[in-house]
Amino acid sequence: MKAKVIVKLKEGVLDPQGQAIQQLLAQRGYSQIADVRVGKLVEFELENVTPIEGEAMLAEIADKLLANPIIESYRIESQ
Amino acid sequence: MSIAVITFPGSNCDRDCLHVLQNVIGAPARFVFHKETDLGDCTGVLVPGGFSYGDYLRAGALAKISPIMPAIHRFADAGGPVLGICNGFQILCEVGLLPGALMLNRNLRFISRWVDLRVENSDTLFTRHLWQDQIVRMPIAHAEGNFTVEPETIAKIVAKQQIVFKYAGPVREDSPDGNPNGSTLSIAGIVNEAGNVMGMMPHPDRASEAILGSTDGIPIFRAFAEAAQEKSRLEYSY
Repeated sequence: MKAKVIVKLKEGVLDPQGQAIQQLLAQRGYSQIADVRVGKLVEFELENVTPIEGEAMLAEIADKLLANPIIESYRIESQ
Repeated sequence: MSIAVITFPGSNCDRDCLHVLQNVIGAPARFVFHKETDLGDCTGVLVPGGFSYGDYLRAGALAKISPIMPAIHRFADAGGPVLGICNGFQILCEVGLLPGALMLNRNLRFISRWVDLRVENSDTLFTRHLWQDQIVRMPIAHAEGNFTVEPETIAKIVAKQQIVFKYAGPVREDSPDGNPNGSTLSIAGIVNEAGNVMGMMPHPDRASEAILGSTDGIPIFRAFAEAAQEKSRLEYSY
């Protein structure tokens, strides 16, 4: 089973990296880019688990480690 | 009794901290490796600065699941004094012993320079040898020191007088408000609600000998070492 965990800064948390990218893009003429938010993508390959077990395991790992709930949220996408 | 200086892979201020404790303060201290699972006879825990686990994922994040961490948790929950400096502060926030999180600096840069701090609470285990509103000088060296908390938590931190240090200058072009990294309320150091766990981004370990340019860190280490001494291991039920 393959799965992805996408970690993003929560709404309302300032993203200085995203702002720097947006500002640079605006300077380079991409004025249509109104906002940029930078996140993380973590890819997993799981063995010997059912999709339900795998997703539960990844949720546990994301809660415990991959995302800091004070500033980040996450979403799991499995294939 | 002795103070445990925790060494993670990538810690790089562990020797500085051990040196200050042993040779400047004269307090018994020893390294405790991250792979250990108990703190032995230690009655104080110092989580030093550096780049534990390479700062991979987030600064301090991977230290959260290291073997020594449950013992540190038990020690802190039992009221033992725990001091986290720089990466140590980031780790204590990640493991939930302190509120908030340390995000990327507002200017996106690694900042390494001297700062002034104002003592916001001199009535803690760690600051009882400093004066209220005293200005102390020590270096910062971090990329993720931008203290961030949820709005409901910040009100609580303020109300419970958990803010210990705030950045107080110098005022420069890159920090017009004297706040180098964008921290909420210019917070540089906090304690937990019980008052036995403190985290701070500035380095008292780099400001504890005159040859380094400041000795303002000494009162913090001395207070911490005394707190560790006062608590015999018997007081902890872990």
